Amino acid sequence: MSPWVRIRPALFILALLGIWHFAVVSQQNRILPTPWETVTGIIELMQRGLLIKYIVASLFRVTWGFVGAALLAIPLGLAVGWFRRTEMAFNPLIQILRPISPLAWIPISILWFGVGDVAAIYLIFLASFLPLMMTGINAVGGIPQVYINAGRNFGLSGARLVIRVLYPAVVPQLIIGLRITLGIAWLVVVAAEMIAVNSGLGFLIVDARNAGNRYDLVVAGMVMIGMIGLMLDTLMRSLEKSRALRWGYSED
Amino acid sequence: MTEEKVKTPAAKAVKTKLRATGINKTFKRDGTETSVLENVELEVAQGEFLCLLGPSGCGKSTLLNICAGFLSPTTGTVTIDGEPVTGPDPRRIFVFQERGVFPWLTVEGNIAFGLAKLSKAEQAERIAHYIKMVGLQGFEKAYPQELSGGMKQRLEVARALAVNPDMLFLDEPFGALDSITRLIMRGELLRIWEAERKTIIFVTHDIEEAVQLADRVVVMSARPATIQTIVEIDIEHPRDISSPRYLELRDGIFNEIGLAHKI
Amino acid sequence: MTLSQPGKWEKYFWPVLTAGIFLVFWHYAVIASKSNVFPGPWKVLGGAQELMRKGVLIGYIRDSLSRVGVGYGLAMLLGVPFGLTLGWYPAASQVVNPVIQMMRPISPLAWIPVAIVLFGVGNTSAVFLIFLASFFPIVVASMNGVRNVPSMYRRAGRNFGLSPGKLLAKVVFPAALPQIIVGLRIALGIAWLVVVAAEMLAVDSGLGYLVIDARNSGNRYDLVIAAMIMIGVIGLALDLIFRRLEQIKSIRWGFRLEA
Repeated sequence: MSPWVRIRPALFILALLGIWHFAVVSQQNRILPTPWETVTGIIELMQRGLLIKYIVASLFRVTWGFVGAALLAIPLGLAVGWFRRTEMAFNPLIQILRPISPLAWIPISILWFGVGDVAAIYLIFLASFLPLMMTGINAVGGIPQVYINAGRNFGLSGARLVIRVLYPAVVPQLIIGLRITLGIAWLVVVAAEMIAVNSGLGFLIVDARNAGNRYDLVVAGMVMIGMIGLMLDTLMRSLEKSRALRWGYSED
Repeated sequence: MTEEKVKTPAAKAVKTKLRATGINKTFKRDGTETSVLENVELEVAQGEFLCLLGPSGCGKSTLLNICAGFLSPTTGTVTIDGEPVTGPDPRRIFVFQERGVFPWLTVEGNIAFGLAKLSKAEQAERIAHYIKMVGLQGFEKAYPQELSGGMKQRLEVARALAVNPDMLFLDEPFGALDSITRLIMRGELLRIWEAERKTIIFVTHDIEEAVQLADRVVVMSARPATIQTIVEIDIEHPRDISSPRYLELRDGIFNEIGLAHKI
Repeated sequence: MTLSQPGKWEKYFWPVLTAGIFLVFWHYAVIASKSNVFPGPWKVLGGAQELMRKGVLIGYIRDSLSRVGVGYGLAMLLGVPFGLTLGWYPAASQVVNPVIQMMRPISPLAWIPVAIVLFGVGNTSAVFLIFLASFFPIVVASMNGVRNVPSMYRRAGRNFGLSPGKLLAKVVFPAALPQIIVGLRIALGIAWLVVVAAEMLAVDSGLGYLVIDARNSGNRYDLVIAAMIMIGVIGLALDLIFRRLEQIKSIRWGFRLEA
């Protein structure tokens, strides 16, 4: 790659930042911050110690809700998917529950758990549970029969067939499902924090706006949300690149 | 293959390895029943190399799957060494083209798959032996996606042989390979068979392949499949594929299937 | 594995059985918990009837659907051509892709304050949020769809003497279509998720507003759950429409799993 080609994306970002800057400056009564004001906003948040605190709070909720959902939903999904009849039994129920926006559960989770961490964790749990269960069901359904036959041919059955054939065969699909679901969980935590708790990056955005129209902090919060979301996604993608799993993603 | 090979007597062992009696198989789909196999009777001798030959989709694979215990017949029974077949068994290994190798295991891992009961040292020894036999040295740590179709095929054969089964079921194993690799693989398979004398049932739709490999060729009709005829290939290995007897047997099968061997 | 093939009746029997068990469990769990806030299934049915009678339900459904229709429609109209262009010109995607990847993980709901500044509280804000939420997934799916078209197809097209425009229209677009449709379906799911959230925060009509309003004005949890069920049913219907599209023969090839 020539230096010009390598530098082009950076120039494009600079150009967008420039447009942003001048679009804001050209307004008479400007509310939205310029890029530079956003940077100083992030620095201010860091100095006040809020940034780390809120990031930790958001990640804490996502971790508990998401990990809890993964631990329950994936084994359940794999078990349901293994038998044609249980899959038939659960599928319609899942299909109706799934499109219910997890945020629509906010009133119920507040009723059950009160305003606070548990309500937010419960929402993330809900948001992750059904997608992960579907992932499990589809992953089992997608195992080529030939692998199962080969495993049985070498004398495997029961738990050993699960550990040595079924589990490795579904892992690549599970990781894709986990990555997509983590994205949803990250989307939901922000929304949940805007409504149901008083800490975290979502709360930061709403609070900065309500308490004095500090839009530089609002946009600073958004930038942080984007960066952490990107980081989580990159982390999951790096799992997909591991050599022993890569077969599941090859295009051929 | 060496020139001064001692002539082995044609494999007509007395002992029966596999016996299929009165096999019928129907599949139900959307309320309609399709008959795939009709009244198949088959005997395979210990150490025999048997080819099932028939047009694509005729049901020969179904018969092979029944013999291996992956499917149960609608009526009839298969016995191996006198015991009825009720399911797959590591004493007889099925080779599924190259699709059966596990993509999440390396070459070594695949060969070791059926060897869990052996000690580490024994495993290593077997792995090394069979990797050498199928010529995959240098690829021990490679994953199947890094291998060509022919290499994957050899890997699957190596994995099957490593557990030292007394029977092999091969379902069009060389169908997906290019013609040169296919010829080499046929030679390899014969060499292994002559060395270890496993009983082999080999499904193919390639007449030349059947006549080159088998002791007996079972010619099957189109669906529902019945055994049309059984042709004994009484030529010693290595076979001269331009000898008059070879051509005679080959053309006999072409005629049997209803194809004039002319283009 | 050794079980027989399920019969035709079982296709209906098992789902009905699970749904029945679920409803009975719900009914008795509410009774057992002695909750006078959380409703049982009967009360929810009553709530749904009340909403129908008052005529608000249809109005709210229409509001939610029209917001999704406009926001998502715009995202589709702009996102698909944009994504196709990026996929077609690798240089363009090399320049633009980093920005897309950075924008994408920003929760669409985090845009709410900005949307309110730009468009005020009201419909336009909600539509803007839905547009944002669906635009990036559609662009990325279209871009990857074009990129993943096997070069064999392009070569075959060129071999038959197609001009670049024709090549795009007759070869690349149809080949990328299955992936684009999957992207569109996923984006519609996200849009439906976001409209509910946006309506909870930024407007005063629609199913999301119904959920929050039923709670705030008098803890009417029967209406909350009735609204949630409507959200689920409509979301399912939208999804099924798209799955129908995926079944069309000229598209379906892209979804067949190779054995």
